[in-house]
Amino acid sequence: MQRIVHKHPLAIRWFHWINFPVLSVMIWSGLLIYWAYDPYKIQIGDYTLVSFFPDGFYKFLGVSRRLAEGMAWHFVFMWLFILNGILYVGYTFISGEWRHLVPNKNSFREAIQVTLYDIGLRKTQPPFIKYNGAQKIAYFAIMLMGIGSVLTGYAIYKPTQFSWLTSLLGGYKAARLEHFLLTLGYVFFFVIHIGQVIRAGWNNFQSMVTGFELVKPNDPDRPVQNKPVSSEPDAPTDTPQEPIEPTHTPALS
Amino acid sequence: MSQEPQLPEDTLPESTARRRMLKAFGWFALASAVPVGVYEWIKNSPGAQGVKRPLRNILNANETIARTYFSNTHLVPTYSVAEAAKKARTNGYDGIKTPVPDDWKLQIETPNRAPLLLTIEDVKALPKQEMVYEFKCVEGWSQIQHWGGVRLSDFLEKYKLGTHSGNAPDPDNTDDLFRYIGLETPDKGYYVGIDIESAMHPQTLLAYELNGEPISAGHGAPLRLIIPVKYGVKNLKRIGRMFFADERPRDFWAERGYDYYVGL
Repeated sequence: MQRIVHKHPLAIRWFHWINFPVLSVMIWSGLLIYWAYDPYKIQIGDYTLVSFFPDGFYKFLGVSRRLAEGMAWHFVFMWLFILNGILYVGYTFISGEWRHLVPNKNSFREAIQVTLYDIGLRKTQPPFIKYNGAQKIAYFAIMLMGIGSVLTGYAIYKPTQFSWLTSLLGGYKAARLEHFLLTLGYVFFFVIHIGQVIRAGWNNFQSMVTGFELVKPNDPDRPVQNKPVSSEPDAPTDTPQEPIEPTHTPALS
Repeated sequence: MSQEPQLPEDTLPESTARRRMLKAFGWFALASAVPVGVYEWIKNSPGAQGVKRPLRNILNANETIARTYFSNTHLVPTYSVAEAAKKARTNGYDGIKTPVPDDWKLQIETPNRAPLLLTIEDVKALPKQEMVYEFKCVEGWSQIQHWGGVRLSDFLEKYKLGTHSGNAPDPDNTDDLFRYIGLETPDKGYYVGIDIESAMHPQTLLAYELNGEPISAGHGAPLRLIIPVKYGVKNLKRIGRMFFADERPRDFWAERGYDYYVGL
């Protein structure tokens, strides 16, 4: 027999995988738009540390002189991005999935421990149920960033009709910069995310497709739950707690 | 904050787990074909004025949505004169590559009515408005600029333009209004079409001054459109001809793949 743990509900998997091509189109078309006016750079004194973006970058990607095309794709696929985002956020909160996602007061300490573990400065990582502290912060931040992209996007899409929103975000120029920074954030997230998914291995990756993970019969991280999980913290009892025994599956499996 | 629940578990025969996995990956592969199909469909669609037909259709739908919340009471934020750029940026010379004609007149055409020819003095006779606002280019840059001129809505009212009946436009009788106003440079090298609601916006100006001086040739002398509810591309320079229509007038940049409405 095979133990499985149901990790990702079907709806979450749909939202995740729909978001992938949609956000890709948004970032790509956004780059076509950004090319037409590309003033952002990181400067130290007069020295330009990073320029967004060098000519070679545009040339390599072939994005030059494609503003109209970029705007068309951007203002079509934005609706899918918004719709998918609303459904994702709505589902997460209605289904209770948010309990796995929203960081709590321990998440930041955990995230530091996870980071130390990831870079090899710590032997063990803190226990977690679905996502560790670092994941909770990252995935919750991505959700907030999505909301931020829609708001900053609308602020530059209709700055007169929604001038209150544009003003709230610091004006038209500021909103455009914020919209750009959020996009850099997605690219940064994507790179880390892909790296971590590769690191975590096949069983973790396939759960985003199948919904479940296979559990080894005696996985110390996932002791058998033979009792309903109590929401009360464990109170000290007189009787010694039974050691958790790994289930012995028949040899035939 | 309620405590994070454990993830539900199951114990199943290996064969069942394997079958579920194969099935999930099968569906995943099938579903992956959808975005590829959508992309190919768009790519292989016929063009509609420089942009693929499905995208153009959605851009037009976006216009319908935007028009539901467009309002004459939504004003572009204005600034003090001191905040305006001393040297306003020039961008684009289509339609103004020849010298300004000495005998410039504004030619106004309404279907079934005699054309009207006006001089710059006729325009200047109307109450002057000054406006300092952030001009926004479709390329993405913006600049605070100080323009002076007359309200297009005042102008239409004074000369009883923009209506089928020949009366002054009445905001309560929108059926009488032509749906579009078209503008062209004298050489017809640049042309725009603007929905009448945007044209009637109180901040839409027929401008003849920039920073308190008559507009230079590069900025569209002697008379140009300043329309803050649109990107710069609709702010036609050196207006030669103004006309009214119920169908969309041709539009220079819309013919080159841009959205027709480009409302802000």
